[in-house]
Amino acid sequence: MKELKVSAINKGTVIDHIPAGRGLKVLEILNLFGDNTILVAMNVRSGKLGRKDIIKVEGKILNEEEVNKIALIAPSATVNIIENWEVVEKRKVEIPDEIIGIIECANPNCITHYEEVTPKFKVLSKKPLKLKCHYCERTMEEDIVLKHLL
Amino acid sequence: MRFQDVISINDFRKEDIDYVLRVAERLEEELKKEGTLKYAKGKVLATLFFEPSTRTRLSFESAMHRLGGAVIGFAEASTTSVKKGESLMDTIRTVENYADVIVIRHPREGAARLAAEVARVPVINAGDGANQHPTQTLLDLYTIKKEFGKIDGLDIALLGDLKYGRTVHSLAKALSYYNVRLYFVAPKGLEMPRHIVEEISNKVEIVETSDLEAVIPKVDVLYVTRIQKERFPDPAEYNKIKGSYKVDLKVLEKAKDTLKVMHPLPRVDEIAYEVDNTKYSAYFRQVWSGIPVRMALLGIVLGVIE
Repeated sequence: MKELKVSAINKGTVIDHIPAGRGLKVLEILNLFGDNTILVAMNVRSGKLGRKDIIKVEGKILNEEEVNKIALIAPSATVNIIENWEVVEKRKVEIPDEIIGIIECANPNCITHYEEVTPKFKVLSKKPLKLKCHYCERTMEEDIVLKHLL
Repeated sequence: MRFQDVISINDFRKEDIDYVLRVAERLEEELKKEGTLKYAKGKVLATLFFEPSTRTRLSFESAMHRLGGAVIGFAEASTTSVKKGESLMDTIRTVENYADVIVIRHPREGAARLAAEVARVPVINAGDGANQHPTQTLLDLYTIKKEFGKIDGLDIALLGDLKYGRTVHSLAKALSYYNVRLYFVAPKGLEMPRHIVEEISNKVEIVETSDLEAVIPKVDVLYVTRIQKERFPDPAEYNKIKGSYKVDLKVLEKAKDTLKVMHPLPRVDEIAYEVDNTKYSAYFRQVWSGIPVRMALLGIVLGVIE
């Protein structure tokens, strides 16, 4: 199968190289459901990843902060900003210094499980991933983090 | 002043700790000379104890009274609107109208941080689950400083349940700011968590062992903690470990003359009563340290003491 061209939208954002099966989770995290036209391609053959998912968001240029939210579940993702059918900017996602929302704290006794509060984490290390809960101060390693995606 | 709330010892820099200890020392002197002070006259402290803790609550209340302030609050959540399902955030938003400073003890970790984010008045953490009890750490440091006139240069052993004890976790971190040598003495299975050892091992020398007798002659401070029965899923395991450390006169035979035994209390059987009236015992003076240290913290966050 021929690889889909990322520039097949007039204006918007294409998130490429999402690990296969995580495309819908990416959409959920970015909260893109609404007025945007979204094209999702899943399980597309990829030289780099074997299989990958691709998301095209028509008419919306995602900013860096929005895109970086997906870094935890799709660290391999690349982001293409499209204008006039052309890729005008290519970016790699980067784990931000602070993670807000997206994941819940692994500590069952953390106050965030009992009050209406958005979980917040400080990134202690990006590789290997290590997060510290802003509230209960418990640290979470990568394998635990991925199990606690909201 | 750098801090408006007292939530975690991790928020403190060494200068902050030294500052609190200096203020506490000054207040203790003033207390001796003048009795009750007037720094917090007209100010109200609310003690919100969502779980029981007689010692810490009374210590805060005593500290506020000695600063000349007033105290309101509750000692258990079952007598409050929490019983009706009120959220912590709503409790805080209500109480901040009644008080100038809030002291909170809560069974959930992170509760104090959340309370501080919600409250317009300063919040002091008096224990949030297994997470933090920063005022205990500060009073421990104050006790060491009072007993020896310094913290730097001392050999300090932390003994007992180093795995679950939040007191020893915070104390170890705070002591790593100083030039000390730390001995972590614990029975197998209750050792200091690796992440804490790793975090501080580049700042201070650490010796990890289960051999109390070998450590006793070397140390200036022996900080004893209770092995917490409730942590053991198997009572037989607890019974095996509980007798492993008992600080009695025989154990102390090889100690330095100047050794000080400390304990955050309550004790069960880890320090024999015969130690109480010896030159080694510092644990009841440690209880007293809670007063000037908590006075200092209350005064600082209220902005009535520089």
